[in-house]
Amino acid sequence: MNHWLILPILLPAIVAPLLAMAVRHDIVLARVYSVGSTVLLVLLGLLQVWMAFDGTTRTYELGNWAAPFGIVLVLDRLAAIMLLLTAVLGLLVLLYAINGCDRRGRHFHALFQFQLMGLNGAFLTGDLFNLFVFFEVLLIASYGLMVHGGGAARTRAALQYVIVNLIGSSLFLFALGLIYGVTGTLNMADLALKVPQVDSGNQALLYTGATLLLIVFGLKAAMVPLHFWLPGTYGNAAGPVAALFSIMTKVGAYGIIRVYILAFGPQHGEQHWFISEWLMPSAAITLILGMIGVVASRSLSQQSGFAALASMGTVMIAVAAFTPQAESAALYYLIHSTLAIAALFLVVDAVTIRRPGLGDALITGPQFTHIGLIGSMFFVSVIAVAGLPPLSGFTGKLLILDAVTELQGWGWIWAVILGTSLLALISFASSGSMIFWKSTSVDGNLVAPQSPPIALPMVAVGSILAVLFLFTAASPVVDHYLDATAEQLFDTQQYIHAVLGGEELASS
Amino acid sequence: MEHLIATAVAVMTAAGIYLTLSQGTFTIVMGLTLLTYATNLFLFTMGRLAANQPGIIFDPTAAHADPIPQSLVLTAIVISFGMTALLLVMAVRGYFESDGDGVDLLGPEESVARSRQ
Repeated sequence: MNHWLILPILLPAIVAPLLAMAVRHDIVLARVYSVGSTVLLVLLGLLQVWMAFDGTTRTYELGNWAAPFGIVLVLDRLAAIMLLLTAVLGLLVLLYAINGCDRRGRHFHALFQFQLMGLNGAFLTGDLFNLFVFFEVLLIASYGLMVHGGGAARTRAALQYVIVNLIGSSLFLFALGLIYGVTGTLNMADLALKVPQVDSGNQALLYTGATLLLIVFGLKAAMVPLHFWLPGTYGNAAGPVAALFSIMTKVGAYGIIRVYILAFGPQHGEQHWFISEWLMPSAAITLILGMIGVVASRSLSQQSGFAALASMGTVMIAVAAFTPQAESAALYYLIHSTLAIAALFLVVDAVTIRRPGLGDALITGPQFTHIGLIGSMFFVSVIAVAGLPPLSGFTGKLLILDAVTELQGWGWIWAVILGTSLLALISFASSGSMIFWKSTSVDGNLVAPQSPPIALPMVAVGSILAVLFLFTAASPVVDHYLDATAEQLFDTQQYIHAVLGGEELASS
Repeated sequence: MEHLIATAVAVMTAAGIYLTLSQGTFTIVMGLTLLTYATNLFLFTMGRLAANQPGIIFDPTAAHADPIPQSLVLTAIVISFGMTALLLVMAVRGYFESDGDGVDLLGPEESVARSRQ
C-alpha cells in the first residue's frame, strides 16, 4: 500500500484545523504554517508527477476495503499533474495574499488549506460519491473565502454563488441516485464495466443520470447556459481569492474528462451520444460570450472574470472533441489558462488597491505608485491570457487548432478561436492603455492612504509568469507527458484493471 | 408505497423549485431545504423500497435492504444541513449589510460607491 497517495489530502486536513484553532490569533505563525504546508504540497505534487511518469496507475484503498465496495484513491498521470498545478497555484497565490490581504477577514489561511484539501481530494478520488463529498469540501471553503474581506456587493455575489452551487449539489445527488439505482455502483472503474451491461429498459434512466451529471460539471466549469454565476463571483471576490478560484472551474472540466471518457466514453458506442453534440456548441458559445463580456466590461476585475469564462470555453472546445490529441491540447491549455488568469487577477488587485477613489474601473486616472512595474506585469499576463507568442497561450491555442482539424466543421471552430483572440487583444490593449499608458496625460499622483507593500506581491506575480515562461520553454517535455496522459485516459482497461484487479475484470 | 414516495418526491421538488425561483433570500432558503429533502428521499429509494428487511447482510441469499443508499443519505443529510446553516448565516449578513433580502447583484452605481470607500 502506497501511503504517499493520501498525503495531499491529509496534510491540509491536519494543518487547517490547527490554523483555525491553535494559531488563530497569531497571523505570522499562521502564515508560516500555511506557506509551509503549501510548499510541502508542491514537493508532494512533484513527487507524484514523478511517480506517475512511468505510466502505472496507483491506487490507495481507504481503510483497506477493496474496490468497488470501499473508496479508492487513484493516482494516474492526469491526477498527478492536476495535484501539482493546484499546489503551485496555491503557493504563489498564498505568497501574494500574505502581504496583508489575509488580514482583512478571519480564518483566511484555514479556509485556504481546506480549499486545497477539497481540490486535491477531488482530483484523487476514484469514487463518484466521494467526488461529491470533496466537491462540497472545496465549495464550503470557497464560500468562506468568497466573503473574505466583506462588503455589501461581495456578500450579495457570495449569496448568489452559494445558492447556485447548492442547487448544483442537489442535482449532483439526483444524478448519483439515478446512476446508482441503475448500475448498483458508484466506483468509477466499476461503473465503466457496468454501463454497457445496463439493459435497454433502464437506459433512459442511465442517460438521465449521466446528463444530470454533465449539467453539474458544466455548472462548475461555467459553460453556457450555466455560466451566469462566474463573472459576478470572480469579479467581486478579493484578488487572491479570485486567483485561487481560477482552478475551481477546471475541476468541472476535470470531472467531464475523467468520468465521461472512462464510464460513458466512446468505447461504449451509443452511450457516447449526448456528450460531443451538446458540449461543442456550448463551449464555443461560452468562448464567444466570454470575449464579448471582456470587450464590454467597465472594470478590470469584471474583465478578468469574463476572461476566465472565455478560457473555459477554449478548454472545453478541446475537451469536447474527445480524441487523445485534443485532450492533450485541452490539458495543456487548462494548465496555462489557470496560471495566466490567476496572474491577471493578482495584477488587477495590485492596481485596485493603489487607485483610491477609482479602484479597478476602466477610467484614466493620474499615475499611481509603482505604475511601471505593475504595468509591465499586466502587459505580460495579458499576453498570456490573450494567447500571443512567446507565451504558452499561443502554443496551447495552436495545439487546440491542430487537434480539432479532424472534426467536422472545424472551420467554424477555427473562426471562433481566432476571432475571439483578436477581440481579447483589442480590449486588453485598450484597457491597458487607459489605466497605464494615458495616465501620464493626467496631472498629479494617486497615493493610497496606507502604502501597500510591493516586494512580495510582485515576487508572487513574477513567479507565476516565470512558471508560465518555464512551462512554455519546457513545452516538448510537457507535451510528451500530456500526450502520455491522454493515451492513458483512453486506455480505460488499464485504469479498471488497476482499480479492480485482474480477477474481478475476468469474472464480470 | 411506491406511489406515496414518488408523489412526495415530486411535490417537494416542485415546491422547492418554485420557491427557489423567487426574489427573496429566505424563500430561496426554504426552497433549497425542500429540494434537499426531496433529494435525500430520492437517494434513499434508489436502493429499492424494502420494508422490514435487515440492512446488515448475514446471509447473502436472504432478502435484505441495500445499505449503501442509507449511508449515502446520511452523508447527504449532514452536508445539506451544514450548507443550509451556512447559507442562512450569509443571508442574515447580506440582509444587514445591504438593507434588504433580495439576491440581485448591486448595480454599477453602488459598486462604484463601494470602490470609493
